[in-house]
Amino acid sequence: MNLAGRIDAVVIGASAGGIEALTVLLPALARGLRPPVFVVLHLPRNRPSVLAEIFAKRCAVPVREAEDKEMVTSGTVYFAPNDYHLLVDQGPQLALSADEPVHHSRPSVDVLFESAVDIYKDRLLGIILTGANEDGATGLAAVHDAGGVTIVQRPDTTLAPMMALSALKLRPADWVLTLDEIAGMLQTLDATATPMQVS
Amino acid sequence: MDAEVNKPGTSGREFDIELKLFIDAIYHLYHYDFRGYAPASLRRRLKTAMNRFDCGTLSQLQDKVVHDSAVFPALLDFLTVQVSEMFRDPAYFLALRDRVVPLLRTYPSLKVWVAGCSAGEEAYSLAILFHEEGLLSKTLIYGTDINTGTLQKAAAGVYGVERIAGFTANHHKSGARSSLSDYYTAAYGRAVFNKSLKDHIVFSDHSLATDSVFAEVQLVSCRNVLIYFNRTLRDRALGLFREALCRRGFLGIGAKESLRFSSQADAFVDFAPAERIYQRRAEL
Repeated sequence: MNLAGRIDAVVIGASAGGIEALTVLLPALARGLRPPVFVVLHLPRNRPSVLAEIFAKRCAVPVREAEDKEMVTSGTVYFAPNDYHLLVDQGPQLALSADEPVHHSRPSVDVLFESAVDIYKDRLLGIILTGANEDGATGLAAVHDAGGVTIVQRPDTTLAPMMALSALKLRPADWVLTLDEIAGMLQTLDATATPMQVS
Repeated sequence: MDAEVNKPGTSGREFDIELKLFIDAIYHLYHYDFRGYAPASLRRRLKTAMNRFDCGTLSQLQDKVVHDSAVFPALLDFLTVQVSEMFRDPAYFLALRDRVVPLLRTYPSLKVWVAGCSAGEEAYSLAILFHEEGLLSKTLIYGTDINTGTLQKAAAGVYGVERIAGFTANHHKSGARSSLSDYYTAAYGRAVFNKSLKDHIVFSDHSLATDSVFAEVQLVSCRNVLIYFNRTLRDRALGLFREALCRRGFLGIGAKESLRFSSQADAFVDFAPAERIYQRRAEL
């Protein structure tokens, strides 16, 4: 179970129970990580997004809320802002959209994953975690179909299994794992040749 | 489950080439310029359109669009789909009310430009806010968009009553001084907004990609439109706003948009940064 040399970017989708799951995964990312990590976590609308702030304190890598037209930086975790879709665009750079919700969700996991497939092709790792709706299944299938790597959290270890089950129903995943096992996989992602210095 | 987006015709280098040809064809035939749109959202919208028109490839859709002029207006709805609501991001309207309106009061007459107005929700919201603040009688609001079908909807000012509860909640949070129900008549599942608002709004066809400035205005509101543009087109649009605004005029953009890294950034100064309201520099 090793991802070395295989992955240029990571996309993660989660809904109900997602904060707890990400609390296990994101702190596992090592300082000096090379691939950027894009995260869509469903939250109630009309709340200010504080996810980046919460996780920045707990992580060894930079964690930010995605800004429109921002160039993608290596080893940075980007959260989709609340009430906008997050897409990866040519550059690669970040793009936001206020298009209609997908599976009643904005941001939508499908929208992020499908746009990232267009940019990263078979060098993409897609991860579907806990959640109570089916957003992400089509997106993860797109990652699979493009030859990327797919991981689904073991449904019996999720707070809400529907998101994982929907993804597994559409395509087999390369790995079906517990959070601790996924965290272990993330530690095998490439590091940059010259890790960023702590200021 | 809908796995349509994963069809082989919707990704890869072939799709990129088809996309360029498609956009060029629309520009030459129908004079709508999507060449400066951000590719990621454009792709997604076109994939949705391909499903709806039952086309396996973008070339098939291009064939329909080029040879059947009735298809284009329907396609335009996919390319320009904007999902807005009245008083979206109430904090923006609250900042306009508390901080911008006091300065707008000093002008003898006011012009406001809602660029990319879609079905008119934002233009009506501003008209209501200006009415509440006693400014509407001396104000003209221009609502512009490239989609003439949507502009007709905007001019009608009719929305499904199921949307009114959300509009009302937003309006309340914007510091409302009246009840939203004062401004519409509900019947047969529809809410029709009052003529007293419409008398102060002109909806018209205008493209931020190809047209020029048409009036001097004191406020431009253009929210969640620039996110669909690439940097070059975004800067063109901001250049138009700069040209249209009087000195110290105001520009409001979307909650997650910014002027950072724009060639036009120097023309504006922060006014209410958290609500993304800027002011045109006086000395330009």
